Amino acid sequence: MGSSTSLVPKSVTAAINAHGFGYFGCPHTFGQVGYRLKRTEQYIRVKPDNSSVVTDGVKHSMNPFCEIAVEEAVKLKEKKLIKEVVAVSCGPQQVQETIRTALAMGADRGIHVEVTGKDYETLGPLQVSKIMAALAKKEEAQLVILGKQAIDDDCNQTGQMTAALLDWPQGTFASELSLEGDKIKVVREIDGGLETIKINTPAVVTADLRLNTPRYATLPNIMKAKKKKIANVKPADLGVDITSRLEVLRVDEPPQRQAGMKVETVDDLVGKLKEAGMV
Amino acid sequence: MALRGRCLRFNQLLSSRHFSKFTSCVGVRSLSENVSSKPVTSNVPETTGDHLIYTQEHFALKESLRKIIDQEINPYVDQWEAEGKFPAHKIFKILGSAGFLGVNKPVEDGGLGLDFSYSVAVAEELGNIHCGGIPMAIGVQSDMATPALARFGSAELKKEFLIPSIMGDKVACLGVSEVGAGSDVSSIMTKAVRKGDEYVISGGKMWTTNGTQADWMCLLANTSDGPPHRNKSLICLPMNLPGVHIARKIDKLGMWSSDTAQVFFDEVRVPCKNVIGQEGMGFTYQMLQFQEERLWAVANVLTSMDNIIQETIQYTRQRKIFKQPVLYHQTVHFRLAELQTEVELLRSLLHRATALYIKGNDVTKLASMAKLKGGRLVREVCDSCLQYWGGMGFTSDVLVSRLYRDTRLMSIGGGADEVMLGIICKYMDTLPRK
Repeated sequence: MGSSTSLVPKSVTAAINAHGFGYFGCPHTFGQVGYRLKRTEQYIRVKPDNSSVVTDGVKHSMNPFCEIAVEEAVKLKEKKLIKEVVAVSCGPQQVQETIRTALAMGADRGIHVEVTGKDYETLGPLQVSKIMAALAKKEEAQLVILGKQAIDDDCNQTGQMTAALLDWPQGTFASELSLEGDKIKVVREIDGGLETIKINTPAVVTADLRLNTPRYATLPNIMKAKKKKIANVKPADLGVDITSRLEVLRVDEPPQRQAGMKVETVDDLVGKLKEAGMV
Repeated sequence: MALRGRCLRFNQLLSSRHFSKFTSCVGVRSLSENVSSKPVTSNVPETTGDHLIYTQEHFALKESLRKIIDQEINPYVDQWEAEGKFPAHKIFKILGSAGFLGVNKPVEDGGLGLDFSYSVAVAEELGNIHCGGIPMAIGVQSDMATPALARFGSAELKKEFLIPSIMGDKVACLGVSEVGAGSDVSSIMTKAVRKGDEYVISGGKMWTTNGTQADWMCLLANTSDGPPHRNKSLICLPMNLPGVHIARKIDKLGMWSSDTAQVFFDEVRVPCKNVIGQEGMGFTYQMLQFQEERLWAVANVLTSMDNIIQETIQYTRQRKIFKQPVLYHQTVHFRLAELQTEVELLRSLLHRATALYIKGNDVTKLASMAKLKGGRLVREVCDSCLQYWGGMGFTSDVLVSRLYRDTRLMSIGGGADEVMLGIICKYMDTLPRK
């Protein structure tokens, strides 16, 4: 369900536009892994018509990778490398809670892009990227940081699409991020190990697991966040068409785990596996 | 890759308990579907806007505290229960840094200066810890050893004891109960005799939560020979002074991760300026905070009850007996419905009392009623639920058996049931007249 987090750092050299906003958007999504369809809090159940999962009464919280993205943004601001962190989230009224969490972690202000009802159910990475690209241009952001993927749909597309729409360089799966002059050095986690790249700003970066450990929103900051502003915006205001080009045909639960069996010896094990036709 | 890893780790962090089902017909133990027995938060029926006492900030506070519990506390509870102690300095520092130990303490002392409804929110969320000992220890630090000091202590005393306690740098304990005096606080024997600029303290305290780890004790002692309600004072006592003996760590039925000590004082010398507020007012000061202490305890236990009921539903839904889930038997789901009803009633009482209290009303009667009901109801809930777990409920592998032991204390500590009844009768004017 629409996810994007972005952070924009301010460049310190004069050659680049001095506006620096930290952009940060967070998805409004479930707090647990999809593959097991089991939540930290409750079991996720598929609706009887197999159209999607039941979301009523399920507790939503910020996507873990988005938390990491917010943390990175706030850290950059604390190091005085960027001027302002803006948290963005797309969705219904409830996403404001998620934005407030980002504010409590240290973001300066929030932008709530209102998407509700059926539009929200069909909101996917392409539409979110269009929204993010429009906002990045409007706010004259220098860096957009997102979580690498949302843990409910595992798309891993929004960051890449946003960069493409903006024609900006991208540093995805970042496990380390540093600003060096007007460039950004990103250490990326790839299958073969770690890859270090240097990209120009403005740029899009997506946060991976080991980028940092997100701070707890402290109670004083939670209370301070109350005073920070969250602006309301509609996709139409940004000139973005959010009609979906995708149709979800069916959602099914993973097969039930069957009972296992304990055996005494390796021979027994091989025997049973042969019986079951597995070897 | 990383996503799976993280989420699996989440699972390991968050579902620390697994149990297996025994099939009686085959002699072989089969590992049926691993059911995460991690407690579930209650379904709050009200939206944020409609809640009686909570605002968005309260919910944000709970969410943040929950993260700390899930990451820093719950993964280690089993270990700490086995060791008989949890690392108070470490945990209090984490909580203190996040602002959770000084919720309703003055801002100038490092607190948040918020009203008591925020303390109730914290107490409720702490009920998600997988034991009773650690919330109890936190409650002592935040709402039992420190309120009098915050209200009446001198600036010097606050600097030395209150501020570090709110920050989580110093561990506090409360020295009120003694071997010979629990419910009857006025009959404590510990004496603090004035000698020049010091008090010389002799006596002992019992049931001291955090006692083996505490840096200081909020001590109630007799400082004069006057009438028993007016001759006692509260003293800030550093625990490392010569003469303070931690006699033993008490071995208890439950609350294993909370170290409870018996302490002796052998001519301990402490400066007179360590008295909180006025000499002779100690008893009164301690009484003032009883309403808060009691409501806090109720808030804490409500979440535990919700969690136990939810876990029991999950367990009985997958555990089969006579070919159908245990849960499908009417006696089971009807009984759970009865229990949940009573939990909601108690919750309503708690929120009502809290709402009145933050407006400045005296809620002694309601708080006493809530504490009385809380202690009794949690025993009922744990006992009934444990029954539905069958043999598994009797093992140490499940949360219900631990909470069955831990929560038994509620009818005894913090004001025994009988004391609560006495208070309520006083308000009902039904006590024998002199």
